[in-house]
Amino acid sequence: MTAPELDHTRPMAPQEAVPGPMGGVLEGVDVSCWFGSRKVLEGVNIKMDAGVVTALIGPSGCGKSTFLRTLNRMHELVPIATLAGSVLLDGHDIYGVGLRLTEVRRRIGMVFQKPNPFPAMTIADNVAAGLKLTGKKVADRDGLIEASLRRAGLWNEVRNRLDAPAGGLSGGQQQRLCIARSLAVSPDVLLMDEPCSALDPTSTRRIEETILELKDQVTIVIVTHNMQQAQRVSQHCAFFLAAENEPGRVIEQGPTDRLFSDPNDPRTADYVNGRFG
Amino acid sequence: MTTQETRALTAAPGASPASLDAGSKGAPTASSTGPSTGSPAGPARRVPPRRRPRAWRWSDIAEAAGALAASFFLTWLIFNRLLPFRIMPLAFFAIWFVLFLPIYWFVTKDGQGTTAAKDRVATVFVMAGALFTFTPIVFVIGYVLYRGLKSLSGNFFTQTMQFVGPLAEATDGGALHSIIGTLEQLALATVIAVPLGVLTAVYLSEIKGPLARPVRLVADAMTALPSIVAGLFIFSLFIKPHIIGQSGILGSLALSILMLPTVTITAEQVLRVVPGSLREAALALGAPYWRSVLMVVLPTARAGLSTAVILGMARVVGETAPVLMTTGGTTLLNPNPLSGFQDNLPLFVFTQIRSSQESQVDRGWAGALILLVIVLLLFILARLVGSAGPGRRRFRIPIPGRGGRRRGR
Repeated sequence: MTAPELDHTRPMAPQEAVPGPMGGVLEGVDVSCWFGSRKVLEGVNIKMDAGVVTALIGPSGCGKSTFLRTLNRMHELVPIATLAGSVLLDGHDIYGVGLRLTEVRRRIGMVFQKPNPFPAMTIADNVAAGLKLTGKKVADRDGLIEASLRRAGLWNEVRNRLDAPAGGLSGGQQQRLCIARSLAVSPDVLLMDEPCSALDPTSTRRIEETILELKDQVTIVIVTHNMQQAQRVSQHCAFFLAAENEPGRVIEQGPTDRLFSDPNDPRTADYVNGRFG
Repeated sequence: MTTQETRALTAAPGASPASLDAGSKGAPTASSTGPSTGSPAGPARRVPPRRRPRAWRWSDIAEAAGALAASFFLTWLIFNRLLPFRIMPLAFFAIWFVLFLPIYWFVTKDGQGTTAAKDRVATVFVMAGALFTFTPIVFVIGYVLYRGLKSLSGNFFTQTMQFVGPLAEATDGGALHSIIGTLEQLALATVIAVPLGVLTAVYLSEIKGPLARPVRLVADAMTALPSIVAGLFIFSLFIKPHIIGQSGILGSLALSILMLPTVTITAEQVLRVVPGSLREAALALGAPYWRSVLMVVLPTARAGLSTAVILGMARVVGETAPVLMTTGGTTLLNPNPLSGFQDNLPLFVFTQIRSSQESQVDRGWAGALILLVIVLLLFILARLVGSAGPGRRRFRIPIPGRGGRRRGR
């Protein structure tokens, strides 16, 4: 595995209280990724600010999901995966020696394409699973469950059946349960990998509302195939594209409004207007 | 329910098959009330009768029964009037079946055409095959029940063979010493083999270390280990050098050798069907790998793991060869598995049924019956453990994102 650049210049001092929106600032610096000898991503620089929803768009196979998975070190779960560059969370390299792997993943939560609640647990246990899994004790467990479910917009639907198995929820509810589960460990950043691709339009709208409500509490990065969705929920947008047999690159990034109304690159214009992809 | 609603249901993405079913079933019911209430949709029309496709109707049953009767009498005619000699009853059944097929074919073809006839004859073949394989099981269990119940009495569970002579009645004495021995040895073997087996399975499917391949190979090969070899192994390791004398614990050790590969391989297969997305979800929450295995993977596979344990127990509970060499066998009640000879049920059956005395053979059948009952209880236990948990669920990994399917059941 290619060793990532360690960031020695930045201080490892505890993070100062940030005024304004809560959440962490995540920054990918010159990130490249490989699976075996195949390079799938090259030189990606994206800054994902707190209080801003960042959308990663692009056609299939352009590396946007891979990039998302480098942001909380899920990329390395694939045995042959390697990477270069660094990812900074509030200035600290998450691949550096100062941060523990489990701590990185706790602070940078992830919601997956398909809802994946733990089938052997009840709804309440699912929400609190992160505490159990990270070995944390919380005084007010019930309060935390309620708060997390409220933030994910699911509380009113499940308040009377918290002890029911999570598998009995609908797909959209399961996905919001997964969001609540991620929020319960109080992450600074929430990564979403096409969270609505397995859902119907109504559930999609509920998730999008949830995203907009959460925007000021946690930094959100969302991968989506749906350009209307990117326009609806994101303020910052990055367009990924991979030419044939070449790694994916960021073609263009900027404020979402500008990217969709007045793109600089003709390929971006073609993509956002639905001429390919 | 209107047609539009039914269509909407059909078109809705992710609509469960059950709701579609309900839609199509509900439609005729609703429209059948239409004429009496004055349907607003239009003039009253004749409602076609409600039916389920391919269900057996009375006419179908009559056809089958007629064909059965015709072939029966034809066979009877051949055997009892035409042939000059008598044939075994089994041949009667065979000829009856062979004659039934063409007769049934022509009867159905006459009434419903070639397609239906093919369908019916194929159904008969499949059902006959099922019956053919099921019959031996019924006979085996039925015969054990028949022979065992004859000599089974209350004192079978409360007495031992200590003071029972060779000429005593079959209902005298009992197998308390053997039952206690079996239960203790099985429990000890489980306690030894299950943690080892499950940990090995976790190593094979979760850690996937460099030794995974050889370990799996050895475990696979060990399933075919002759049980007498396991007994010999323990015998030559402990008994021959006089380290420990024959006792229950040595029987448990021999049994756990046989149990280990079964538990390992079943548990590994069960762990492998746990979706990787659940492991990812646990890791993405910041869990160390061992916690994600302990708190997510194992509980998700809980029901399957309990099945693995029960399968392992059922594999060894009836083993005779290993315990024959290691436990000693006795007619006395010895509740201490750690020292002294112990008996167990397979050994009890073995010693009783070898006797030339009819009463002892009968007692052996009773022992076999108790052994069957213990296995049955183990399987019932497995199902109970497997279905416990949040709500009542069998071992079934739900397909994420398709909650409707689950509710449809």
